[in-house]
Amino acid sequence: MTAVPTSPAADQSSTREKGAWTTTRFLLRRYPLGAAGAVIMAVFVFAAIFAGAVTVWDPLSTNAALSLARPSAAHWLGADFLGRDVYSRIVHGARISLMVGLGSTFLGSVLGVALGLTSGYLGGAIDLAAQRLVDILQALPLLVLALIMAASLGPSLQNTVIAISIPLIPYVARVIRANTLALKELPFVEAARAVGMSELRIALRHVLPNTLAPLIVLATAQLGSAILTEASLSFLGLGIPEPYPSWGRMLSESAAEYVRTAPWLVIFPGLAISLAVFGTNLLGDALRDALDPRQRAA
Amino acid sequence: MAMLARGNNADAVIEVADLTKYFPVRKGFLRRAAGSVRAVDGVSFRIARGETLGLVGESGCGKSTLARAVLRLIEPSTGRIKVHGREITALSRRALRPYRRQMQMIFQDPFASLNPRMTVGEIVAEPFRVHAIAGEREARVAALFAQVGLSARDMRRYPHEFSGGQRQRISIARALALDPALIVADEPVSALDVSIQAQVINLMMDLQREKRLAYLFIAHDLAVVEHISHRVGVMYLGKIVEYAEKTRLFRRPLHPYTEALLAAVPVPDPDATRAKRIVQGDVPSPINPPAGCAFHPRCPYAMARCKEETPRLQAIEPEHWVACHRHDANETL
Repeated sequence: MTAVPTSPAADQSSTREKGAWTTTRFLLRRYPLGAAGAVIMAVFVFAAIFAGAVTVWDPLSTNAALSLARPSAAHWLGADFLGRDVYSRIVHGARISLMVGLGSTFLGSVLGVALGLTSGYLGGAIDLAAQRLVDILQALPLLVLALIMAASLGPSLQNTVIAISIPLIPYVARVIRANTLALKELPFVEAARAVGMSELRIALRHVLPNTLAPLIVLATAQLGSAILTEASLSFLGLGIPEPYPSWGRMLSESAAEYVRTAPWLVIFPGLAISLAVFGTNLLGDALRDALDPRQRAA
Repeated sequence: MAMLARGNNADAVIEVADLTKYFPVRKGFLRRAAGSVRAVDGVSFRIARGETLGLVGESGCGKSTLARAVLRLIEPSTGRIKVHGREITALSRRALRPYRRQMQMIFQDPFASLNPRMTVGEIVAEPFRVHAIAGEREARVAALFAQVGLSARDMRRYPHEFSGGQRQRISIARALALDPALIVADEPVSALDVSIQAQVINLMMDLQREKRLAYLFIAHDLAVVEHISHRVGVMYLGKIVEYAEKTRLFRRPLHPYTEALLAAVPVPDPDATRAKRIVQGDVPSPINPPAGCAFHPRCPYAMARCKEETPRLQAIEPEHWVACHRHDANETL
């Protein structure tokens, strides 16, 4: 950023507006756990983007001599039955697992918010129709849905993301609808109407931002289960096709067979999933507070 | 009531004639309409520039519904609303927008009337944004803050950082932003401490003098209403039962309900003896109001006629109307 002289108006304002660095330092001090979560997620994202640069071994190449090798100096986290390097697979797997987790959570949240806000704000017949749609979505078994999608479109990352996002829609829609029902009766919404604001703007400017807190909680809780759902889909051959690594697949493939003989095949992918879920929860918690002006009073 | 709509026509900011608001009562699985609540039942009044009409009544008597129906925040069932002589009752949302600038509202709950996620500066600037009023927004907002006794520096703070009284000032600033002629205040001080109440009331009165604002001031506290109003309407179950110039109403209340309300006002004198005219019972259900005069089950003077015939508002003396059979005789004689 270039050095822009602050306007006189900005000078009068409180400490909050004094630049990105001050803000960051303030947030770090105020939300140390959230910062830890951010660091964890940053590491994972970095690993996912620069997977080739931070690993030595090819995650897909097999080596019979290394089958079920213990963790060693060369292969930090050991090797699986086919002799593939576990560390390398976890780092490359971050790509798929994070894309599935973040992608499906994001997609499901956006669609759920749109549905819930429309349904709650407009009410009446539209609400009734939208709620029945939500009922149908909720009644649809995920596996059947994924099966249909895999059969008709073929298993792929994109289809997995879509399949996992759909079950999230009803949860988000219900929570957002309930919040919207309460919020739209509040006087500040009436005040906006008295001023002559359009209903669409009221919904987006006054109602939606106030539903943010429960949404963040729901979305961060959902991320972990999305990563695990991908595992079960992939295990059944409905998710990410072999041989591409994902944390869930690595875990589910080895959990039954190798948990006693080669526990590193189970522990390390499991640890990666747990850390990612833990990181997003910490980050989400802090985010929810940091985005709420009421929590920010100095 | 046509008689209430007489008088200084040219100056009227708002005229309301026979306004009603019925809410359907739905029952059963199919939500069929099974009768209706007459929340507002044939109310008429007018307010001139620089004038305050106080509206009192127990909770549930339809005061807030009336306030919202006047601003068309809820759609009135029947009746007419005129702003500066132009009828706005049937205007579409779009056509209504220019009239929105003429009339604004202040709400009871200072904690729910400001969006917690916006700075108070953004909140007060919002009317400018909606009506695409460009130029020097920040300066305009600062001027509004000054008018309501807040510092321009407060603009970047959030609502939760203010006390109830300060928030009510912010609400007033927002209501003033479009330079309206009428402000509907729905119990603007009943959520505040007594000392703060006086400050907010005085601020509203100063602003009225300065800008010749018309107020529709709704309250259940008679002392507050007496202080700020020029004329007072007393509401009972959706109807105005007494309507008078302030001093006349407080000196000589004609309706038994008004009498009871006045008798219930605490007097700051422990030795004061006062007539114990305590109204018995609760407000009847507006779904199934009593026949005849709605007040008769609680009225100490109720006569046989009160159970059958609904009394009409009629002038008893200049600037004083009442809907009570006890006063029919006076007039006919």
